[in-house]
Amino acid sequence: MKAKVRLFARLSELAGTREAEVELGEGLTAGDVYTLLCGRFPQLAGFGDVLRYAVNGEYVTAVHPVGENDEVALIPPVSGGAVAL
Amino acid sequence: MLFEITSAALESQRLIDHVRRDESGAVALFSGVVRNNNRGRRVLYLEYDAYSEMAERVMRQIADEITRRWPAVIDIAIQHRTGRLEIGETSLLVAVSAPHRTEAFEACHALVDRFKEVVPIWKKEVWEGGEEWIEGEAVRP
Repeated sequence: MKAKVRLFARLSELAGTREAEVELGEGLTAGDVYTLLCGRFPQLAGFGDVLRYAVNGEYVTAVHPVGENDEVALIPPVSGGAVAL
Repeated sequence: MLFEITSAALESQRLIDHVRRDESGAVALFSGVVRNNNRGRRVLYLEYDAYSEMAERVMRQIADEITRRWPAVIDIAIQHRTGRLEIGETSLLVAVSAPHRTEAFEACHALVDRFKEVVPIWKKEVWEGGEEWIEGEAVRP
């Protein structure tokens, strides 16, 4: 069973790719996908506290289940627009 | 309603025309532009990355939130640009039309604030000798 992972911004630069596939076991969650990915890309570790997850384009919590062919996105803190920080 | 992530230059008149109706007495337009400094550093340019498919969906969701809060709002359009943007270029346009200015201003302001919290778009600041992804607070869906 496979899921597609999308990476953006800092995370895609660190991993050197914008997309990856992970092999899933039964009952895995969005948070587990991040953990699996950190095994392959150790440079992605350490973002767990600020990361949000999306499955198939909708925000979900880390415990949201991930199934076959789902698209999981790792969402670092956003900074769109151009309003002063 | 129009929600778009694009690498093309943004044109404010197009968005104003898109939301204006004969019933509109006000069109509020917010234009976010790239400035030449941030936190004491001289910025050379910005680079925007987006999860485009999701960003367009989230923009629609926050526009729906806003029209529930300001039912008088007639139409909404949002565009955000991606890729490299030079100083002075427009990164974000938010246009809101309403019968009167008060709801147009208020809804536009609230929409821009909400956009910054939740739409999956990221910017990298590039200055002489370095660069950094600028991160706000963690997303609050």
